Amino acid sequence: MNTQTIPANASAAGQRRLPAEVNILMVLVGIALVFEILGWIFQGQSFLFSLNRLKIMILQVSVIGIIAVGVTQVIISGGIDLSSGSVVGAVAMVAMSVAQVSSYARAVYPALTDLPMIVPLLVGLSFGALVGFINGWLIAYTKIPPFIATLGTMVTVRGFAKWYTKGQPVSFPTEGFAALGKGMMPVVIFILVALVFHIAMKYTRYGKFTYAIGANAQAARVSGINVEQHLVKVYVIAAMLAALAGMVVAARGQTAQAGMGLAYELDAIAMAVIGGVSLNGGRGSVLGTAIGMIIFGVIISGFTFLRLDAYYQEMIKGVIIVAAVVADVHRQRKRRKTS
Amino acid sequence: MISATTRRAIDRVKQNIAEDGVLSIRGIRKEFPGVVALDDVQLKIRPGSVHALMGENGAGKSTLMKIIAGIYQPDAGEILLRGQPVTLKSPLDALEQGISMIHQELLLMNPMTVAENIWIRREPKTRFGLIDHARMAAMTQELFDRLNIRLNPLAQVADLTVAQKQMVEIAKAVSHNSDVLIMDEPTSAITESEVAHLFAIIRDLRQQGVGIVYITHKMSELFEIADEFTVFRDGKYVGTHNASDVTRDDIIRMMVGREITDMFPKVDCPIGDVVLEVRNLTLPGVFDDISFQLRKGEILGLAGLVGSKRSNVAEAIFGVHPAASGEILIDGKAVQISSPKAAMEHGLAFLTEDRKETGCFLVLNCLENIQSALITRDHVKAGFIDQKTVTKLAEDMAAKLRVKTPNLNETVENLSGGNQQKLLIARWLLTRPRILILDEPTRGIDVGAKSEIHRLITQLAGQGVAVLMISSELPEVLGMSDRIMVMHEGHVSGFLDRAEADQVRVMELAAR
Repeated sequence: MNTQTIPANASAAGQRRLPAEVNILMVLVGIALVFEILGWIFQGQSFLFSLNRLKIMILQVSVIGIIAVGVTQVIISGGIDLSSGSVVGAVAMVAMSVAQVSSYARAVYPALTDLPMIVPLLVGLSFGALVGFINGWLIAYTKIPPFIATLGTMVTVRGFAKWYTKGQPVSFPTEGFAALGKGMMPVVIFILVALVFHIAMKYTRYGKFTYAIGANAQAARVSGINVEQHLVKVYVIAAMLAALAGMVVAARGQTAQAGMGLAYELDAIAMAVIGGVSLNGGRGSVLGTAIGMIIFGVIISGFTFLRLDAYYQEMIKGVIIVAAVVADVHRQRKRRKTS
Repeated sequence: MISATTRRAIDRVKQNIAEDGVLSIRGIRKEFPGVVALDDVQLKIRPGSVHALMGENGAGKSTLMKIIAGIYQPDAGEILLRGQPVTLKSPLDALEQGISMIHQELLLMNPMTVAENIWIRREPKTRFGLIDHARMAAMTQELFDRLNIRLNPLAQVADLTVAQKQMVEIAKAVSHNSDVLIMDEPTSAITESEVAHLFAIIRDLRQQGVGIVYITHKMSELFEIADEFTVFRDGKYVGTHNASDVTRDDIIRMMVGREITDMFPKVDCPIGDVVLEVRNLTLPGVFDDISFQLRKGEILGLAGLVGSKRSNVAEAIFGVHPAASGEILIDGKAVQISSPKAAMEHGLAFLTEDRKETGCFLVLNCLENIQSALITRDHVKAGFIDQKTVTKLAEDMAAKLRVKTPNLNETVENLSGGNQQKLLIARWLLTRPRILILDEPTRGIDVGAKSEIHRLITQLAGQGVAVLMISSELPEVLGMSDRIMVMHEGHVSGFLDRAEADQVRVMELAAR
């Protein structure tokens, strides 16, 4: 966009900055190249040029990626959502309980079997929306910090998941429901979700309001934005996306367990942060998070490829999260100095 | 035994103090981006005296005090403490060299006890190296006895009243046995009997040889407690006198004696019907019984000193913090304004006082900053913003206001204060308001941008917009307004017409 109507001054700040995503993409390329080189040295083969490996890699991360798209919006609005992992577990249970086949003798609701897949899908999404509404309402109207509100729902919802069948797993879904997790379906769902919310964050009022609230909630309010109402929307959307991820996980495994999605919220937050979403709010994008997700996947599959112990993976993951935040803080400080 | 050299050194210091006072400041200059806050100012504090520092809002008093307390570093000039040149690198450094400051916004740690607050970093230890709470409480009690303060050392600061917190701050400052004590408007939030107590403490400290810098807006206090006073105006030193040598009028003249230049391009334009009327607006503890009318095409200036609660009235009208009682009428009809959104529906717009806190989205770009109010109601279809139209409107408005930025994708934190302010004005003008409330529209921006904004305000009034303009700069209020409403501590203290208003009259109403 050329805005020559405005008198330009030729200050240093006047140069067009590259989109922040470019930096993250370079990090991704760098990491991938490092693994490629290490692959030739230690394994005698290419890391990147293996379609199968790339498929597995993207499959591994796209379920958490779906959650990360929601978490991205929450963080941009200036909040945090710790409840998404528990929502995954609870929705897996609840949705699966209305998605079972009648031929299975020990169905949770014997009267509610062989239902079309839309039923468990709607039940699961509604459950997610309810949790999101509670999160959003607590944060917007009781003014408790998002960390505490979602920590509370995280624990409560996980408890609910365990209570729901008294700890018993729920299995044997209909073929329709199981299709949600079949083959590359999780990746397709992730791409759709990412696309929808990329557009929503960039071109709709919903997105603009979310950025505005995260950048300066007071100023947003004075601009005439109903901050409270909007925050509820953001948390509802985030929890519904976590619910969707929960159903994908259950469908893929063809079984639901109360412990599903444990610590997914942390990985999702990490993907967003690695993808350049600022924990101070107001900055970041769905596209950045998607790249962050792939970085995450490359690292995990790279370590597996190099036959490094799984324990190292976790340790390195921790280091990378901290490094990403340090980089973010550093970027912001540099910005401020140049202004 | 003191050696001869040491004695000579002590004598020299004594002589220096006699000449220069305990604290002497010369040629201090401090610039902030776009503004010169202090320009070649001086100040001399004698030991055992109370020195009042006077001046309008923005005269530079607080900036100078922050330099003396080590919070800001001066760009030029010298500070002599007990006759010796010093640099004060940090608040801790200043404190260790004998300068304490009681801040206007009380800086206490609420969840901790009174004693913990006072002795933080200097806690008495037991012989095991642990904090000796009993002794700390005893030390606090001793201090309180000396100052005649009745407070439980173990009370939690969060439970105290503002006046009690003030006492804790004072005790804390005194406990450092500083030679210089700075008090920034210490009576702004306390009652008369508490003021009497405070003054008793101040007299006691004066007796002990402490040099006290006392910032105040209140004339009566000046004559009651101060020995000397210094007036600043627009970041410049005006003069120092003995309090007993002058009258109230002399001081007001020193504070406001500014030339009104033809910087203010106010042109007379037809004034129409009443569009906004406020009746008996009250928010207990903040402002009381505010009533006024604002007409189409009129600029109503709202003057008053810090603490007059002008901004709170504006926030109440715009629904940011609605009033508890009273009426707001628009075009003669009573309306309920419970949120900024509701205010905007009635054609109001509000440029807030604090650009950074309640105005800009600093991390977002210019376009997003300009469009934020507009897209709450216009140019949105099915949730999607008609970005082409909105961008065009934003570009035209930015060009009209001469916002200097390479393009509207620039992050706002990279813009100068004046340009940020223009962006915010652009934000509100896009909503095509009928009533525009401006709170300090030109604070902290350079002269060029200032006069552009003044011209714009006049233009808007000419187009029939009703403008309520809050400003702490008297020349601005006098130069721009058709009528001036003056507030004092949450009350309307008077109205002045353009013809009868001058700086002295406004100050008399504002300072009481």
